[in-house]
Amino acid sequence: MGTAIDSKAIEQRARSAAVRAWLRYGVVAALVVMLLALVAYFTRGAFLDPGNLINVLRQITYNAILAAGQTFVIITAGIDLSVGSLVSLCGVVMAMAANALPFHGVALVAAVLVVGALVGAAAGFINALPVVRLGLPPFITTLAMMLMARGLAYKLSHGRPIPIDSDAFNTIGIGFTLRGLGHLFKLPGIPVAVLWMAVVLIVSGVVLARTRFGRYVYAIGGNIEAARLAGIPNRRVITAVYVISGICAAVASLLLLARFQSGSPQTGFGFELTVIAAVVVGGTSLFGGSGTIAGTFVGALLIGVLNNVMNLANVESYTQDIALGAVILLALILDQVRKRIWS
Amino acid sequence: MPEPAASALLEMRGISKSFPGVRALDGVSFEIRAGEVHALVGENGAGKSTLMKILAGAQPADAGEIVMDGTAVQIGGPRDAERYGIAMIYQEFNLVPQLDVAANVVLGREPVRAGGWLDGGAARAVAAAAVKQLGLELPLTIPVGRLAVAQQQMVEIAKALVRKARVLVMDEPTAALTDREIDHLFETIRTLRERGVGIVYISHRLEELPRIADRITVLRDGRVVGGGTVAELPQHEMIRLMVGREMDQYYPPLPPLDPAAPVVLAVRDLRSGSVVRGVSFDVHAGEILGMAGLVGAGRTEIVRAIAAADIPSGGEVSIDGKPLHAHGPHDAIAAGIALVTEDRKGQGLVLGMSIRENVTLPHLELFSQRFGFVDRASEGKATRDLVQELRIRTPSIEQRARNLSGGTQQKVVLAKWLTERARLFLFDEPTRGIDVGAKAEIYELMTELAKQGAAVVMVSSELPEVLGMSHRIVVVRDGTIAGVLTRAEATRERVMSLATTAHGAA
Repeated sequence: MGTAIDSKAIEQRARSAAVRAWLRYGVVAALVVMLLALVAYFTRGAFLDPGNLINVLRQITYNAILAAGQTFVIITAGIDLSVGSLVSLCGVVMAMAANALPFHGVALVAAVLVVGALVGAAAGFINALPVVRLGLPPFITTLAMMLMARGLAYKLSHGRPIPIDSDAFNTIGIGFTLRGLGHLFKLPGIPVAVLWMAVVLIVSGVVLARTRFGRYVYAIGGNIEAARLAGIPNRRVITAVYVISGICAAVASLLLLARFQSGSPQTGFGFELTVIAAVVVGGTSLFGGSGTIAGTFVGALLIGVLNNVMNLANVESYTQDIALGAVILLALILDQVRKRIWS
Repeated sequence: MPEPAASALLEMRGISKSFPGVRALDGVSFEIRAGEVHALVGENGAGKSTLMKILAGAQPADAGEIVMDGTAVQIGGPRDAERYGIAMIYQEFNLVPQLDVAANVVLGREPVRAGGWLDGGAARAVAAAAVKQLGLELPLTIPVGRLAVAQQQMVEIAKALVRKARVLVMDEPTAALTDREIDHLFETIRTLRERGVGIVYISHRLEELPRIADRITVLRDGRVVGGGTVAELPQHEMIRLMVGREMDQYYPPLPPLDPAAPVVLAVRDLRSGSVVRGVSFDVHAGEILGMAGLVGAGRTEIVRAIAAADIPSGGEVSIDGKPLHAHGPHDAIAAGIALVTEDRKGQGLVLGMSIRENVTLPHLELFSQRFGFVDRASEGKATRDLVQELRIRTPSIEQRARNLSGGTQQKVVLAKWLTERARLFLFDEPTRGIDVGAKAEIYELMTELAKQGAAVVMVSSELPEVLGMSHRIVVVRDGTIAGVLTRAEATRERVMSLATTAHGAA
């Protein structure tokens, strides 16, 4: 007897979920559209040039990949301030590995990525250890890692960028793929780096939304004690999210390495703040328990569009900072207003 | 009898309030006289909280008026409520744990010296005067967070007194108190009553009302369904009004105990922290074991140690004869132990998650496919079955736990643990703060679990519940077992005597 009612309820639920999703991203979407209108006006159409749009995507690649990892961490009610420094440490180590390892071509890229991922994962593990064992706040442990990783990057590189000898990284750095799709936009193709971003975002999104591990991440952020009593291995899950964030730092670092053909201790300076801004603008609560990768992508995109537009409009960089800060604040205020109205 | 209207201190007239899809209050009228304790009773969702939120200015009414001393007043927010002398003491106290007692009592109206400097001496004097007027003894310079719950409650009362409260609303004030503390609280309430304060007393413990209340108003589904003096409303009549039907059989009949039933749980010399100091007992298949004792005797700690929520510091726990060496809740769950904690919101539920996500959380591996993907269809089916079985009232299994009433939340917590593999159920205060109808359903469920051969341990501070629902009763005192009573032996007096005296007259 329940089936007819059930299917109707499910239908209704699906519809209300769609409505909620619209509300959720509608605010951000409206902001983007408003911006686009302004932009098209001030830049006399330069922004809407397909080449420029692809450029925006390429520019947000690093931020979006780091933000995907950070989303896991923030949903557990944690924070990872070390990602900017990890980008530089991984970059320096990977550049050294690229020059030292006896491989060529794709094998070299793969081996270098493995080395970088090990460094990022180890740093994430160290970030998490005092958090899960001693209950230290992640704000402090990752702040310490931020200083140590940056210092180590400078020591290893003697303060100078390390150029890579191999040209095996060119494809990732400046290459294009999916030529057919690119021709639609009158472009040589989609930048390979953008494809990497897409893969990271999709995998993260699926893991978070569809797997047991993802469910545990939300449960820990929502109520850590209830999660523990339900038999969830809290320590392992929390450790894993910092390791994921570290590995994302390694991936972002590889793309930067390939782009600039060198690993520099100065890369990634201040990245952590833009990354956290993207996650939070994308609707993830700093108190944990809620958030999505799709939201994080929209957050990263919004910040990227804003930067791009201001560059096109020749806004000087100090003004850009002011505008960026204001937009982050505005996005969060609108999000709160929306929650108040719809709860 | 005097004319009610003439002596009314505060009147709420024809109050109505609707939320989307729910008519929470429908023309409710309620009055409080100076120097009386007026009990407000009703099941969860009957509208008590909404009515009091309107009085506190936390929510506006859709219709109706509030009259104080014969003049209509507008209560637009908590500040207005304070101005008219209306004070609330919620179940969760509004105290700053780090500040000392005196600072909490004067919070928001601190005495200051010239130049705006805090005057600590004057604050302590004000607090001391309030405490003295209530006939209490409280250490004024100790941080409130270090006081016992009962003492914190007294701080709240002193705070209301300093604010010259004329109407004091108390929401479930005895929920977390021992019998002795309750006696003390009632004395304090009587002191306030003599001083002319009108007290609104909200409680689910109907049996305590004759001791403290003067009048009773019963709410059901947002309407006043009855009321009168305590003498006019015996308990069974209150229950009838609250649920709208006769509750002739409050406790279901227990299934007969099979003398040959195997031991499911064996506890030997269990020790945990500084509280559990060597506890041994057995529970058989099909048995409901009540665990009685004073608050703080160590009952919660005993069941937490069995479920490895706290790791025991000594002793042994066996399930079906197999010793359990649990390193955490995960191992205990795998061995078939289900701990239904007392604190639903703090430990039982992830409030931001849906019913479905909460229910499957302890057993998510049973709903997982390859690569750890969660099978939402089978999750949904299992959850819908449980929702039907437990008669969980909800529009959808995707409803967030946050939006459910207390009784419904408790059922969701129970649903989490109802799986094939659970052999032992540990219930910690399973009916605290939930309404009569939901209580009866939870009793039925426990009986059903026992019938199916599970072992059940029920920790409860409600003596009638322990007496009515247990095959045997273990009485805990100071972290040890003071005595074990069979159903036939157990009386209120014997349990209390074991719980309170060093050499119980059992």
